[in-house]
Amino acid sequence: MSVLPDELSANVDHDDQAVAKRPYIQQLRKIYQGDTGLIPIIIGLVCLVIYFQARNSIFLSSGNLTNLFIQSTAFILLSMAEIWLLLLGEIDLSLGFVSGLGAAVTVILVDTKYHWAWYLAVLVGLAITTAIGAMSGFLVIRLRLPSFIVTLAGLLGYQGVLIYLVDRQGTGGVVPLQNSVIRNFVYGDFTPIATWIFLVALAVLFSIFMLRSERRRRSSGLQSRPHWVTILKIVLLAAVAVFLAIVFNTNRSTFTVIRGMPFAIPIVMAMLGAGSFVLIKTKAGRYLYAIGGNSEAARRSGVNINRFRLMAFAFGGLTAGISGLLYASNLGGISDGIDGGNLVLYAVAGAVIGGTSLFGGRGKMVHALVGGVIIATIYNGMALIGMSAATQYIATGLVLVAAVAIDSVARRGSTVTG
Amino acid sequence: MESTSELADPVRSGSGHDEPAGSGVDSSVSQSLLSLRGISKNFGPVQALQDCDLDVPAGEVTALLGDNGAGKSTFIKCISGIYAPSAGKMYWRGAEVHVHSPRDAAALGIATVYQDLALCDNLDIVQNMYLGREETKIGMLDEIKMEVATKQTLMDLSVTTVQSVRQLVGSLSGGQRQAVAVARAVMRDSQLVIMDEPTAALGVTQTKLVLELIRTLASKGIAVLVISHNLTDVFTVADRIAVMHLGTIVSHGPIANYDTTSAVELITTGESSRVASRLASSL
Repeated sequence: MSVLPDELSANVDHDDQAVAKRPYIQQLRKIYQGDTGLIPIIIGLVCLVIYFQARNSIFLSSGNLTNLFIQSTAFILLSMAEIWLLLLGEIDLSLGFVSGLGAAVTVILVDTKYHWAWYLAVLVGLAITTAIGAMSGFLVIRLRLPSFIVTLAGLLGYQGVLIYLVDRQGTGGVVPLQNSVIRNFVYGDFTPIATWIFLVALAVLFSIFMLRSERRRRSSGLQSRPHWVTILKIVLLAAVAVFLAIVFNTNRSTFTVIRGMPFAIPIVMAMLGAGSFVLIKTKAGRYLYAIGGNSEAARRSGVNINRFRLMAFAFGGLTAGISGLLYASNLGGISDGIDGGNLVLYAVAGAVIGGTSLFGGRGKMVHALVGGVIIATIYNGMALIGMSAATQYIATGLVLVAAVAIDSVARRGSTVTG
Repeated sequence: MESTSELADPVRSGSGHDEPAGSGVDSSVSQSLLSLRGISKNFGPVQALQDCDLDVPAGEVTALLGDNGAGKSTFIKCISGIYAPSAGKMYWRGAEVHVHSPRDAAALGIATVYQDLALCDNLDIVQNMYLGREETKIGMLDEIKMEVATKQTLMDLSVTTVQSVRQLVGSLSGGQRQAVAVARAVMRDSQLVIMDEPTAALGVTQTKLVLELIRTLASKGIAVLVISHNLTDVFTVADRIAVMHLGTIVSHGPIANYDTTSAVELITTGESSRVASRLASSL
């Protein structure tokens, strides 16, 4: 054998030959490795942005964009929480109220009569959401109950617990958040210089990792992407970093000077990085995909599938807990009227809009970012151009259907040729 | 990382069986990679297997024939550790072994490729090949090492029709999927590969690919045990034949002792005058 397998173009099916005649398309397919779904979604996002900007020129102002990013953080994190479960073909409907409940516990412990240190309160809040996630997982795995039903019960039950806890504080259905550290998750900012350093360093680190892995592939004699793709990616990355730095560093207040990146942004980036790392680089992540794709195959390969299913439920709870903290930080407290049912549906919608499958085995953490930003854009833009809540819901629904439809059509097209 | 030696030790349980390899049993046991003597299996009152004997030599393809319900599947499940036989002995390289679970079988070097192949369509070829035994480097998946080894294994097996080892398994043809499942077994240092109806759902080209793959395995010194309904395939690829009828192996031997007619007779009635006379004349 002198020829490597992937240098041979298969002449088994006709479709491969058809593609071989169009090397450019073939190359594009390889680059995105079946993840072309992101392209139409990003085009859709650009269309939304153009529309809102045309209707109201404030939309693209640095103040509103920063606000939009902050609004999107809670959605993004809750979508990430849901992706842990969607990868397995499971769902956790209780996560909206779980995140609210965790935040309520933290706020009550840090303020009111307890006055705990903020980090202890945060730790306890996150431990509770993680434990709740794991408990749902335990019921699903041990008793073989459908996750939809177990977590639907959770959605109802934890709402009750949340209302009970908040109302017991006797502060009129809202526990205000006074602790400055937790408030600063959203309202505290990097200095403009720190913002630049952080974003540029991040882009540089990312580029180095990308180049290093490309070089390793090349030196091992493996097929690698053409150089221009890597360069294009680095240029895009740098452009995004510069764009964000400029947006965050422009003064966004009329009365005083507010500049710099809110802490919520690096918190979300860190979670996104950690989640992607687990999914892409570790055995645990690989097994989540395998279980979602064919759990019987994973089991026969010696994977302890229940352990990893439990892990996914716990990770879902933990990520939802962090989402709740940012939510409470943004709103300045926690109310007994939090609509956790709606929040969790937005979270699922965000993940699906980004391209994660409801049926398991397909999804990425970055889908939460795309979906969360799109939902926040609709939410923010509609409010800005003065549309009613009714229109907002209808628009979100339409975008969700459109995203899933485009994805489904694109996938049907790609399964023909692979 | 699971170590083979650790797992293999309890399998070769010396408890009560201190006999040295090959002593007290006929010479075919010591010459074969796997030998089964008097294997029986009953599910309650139902006798599924009765006193089955079989030798599977290394480097040869043994075909297991039989009608539906003859007990082929039960038989291979006893070998691969899914069922525990009710009676009988199993010898691996001449030494008696006890296989209680698929893990025990895997530790010996027995890999079974079931009809459903147990592949994840949403993972690529490399990810499927290493599922459950990924290579890691400081806790992170070593994709490059796995990809290089996968390419090497596929090349060794002359599987050349896949475009890229990073292709999703869901996009592969039936024959290619079979090839991936077999390559996975080979990569785990299997000495015996059991294949259940490998060509059942395949077209002509794909069948040819799989049959060539089976011959490649045998030429590498691996023992192959193939269950098949397709006599044409069997006579193309097999070195030895074993025919099951009503839960027992009614005849087994080199392929030269059989032809299509005698094989059909054995499958349907359990006996064949033609084989009997041939065996007699060859003695």
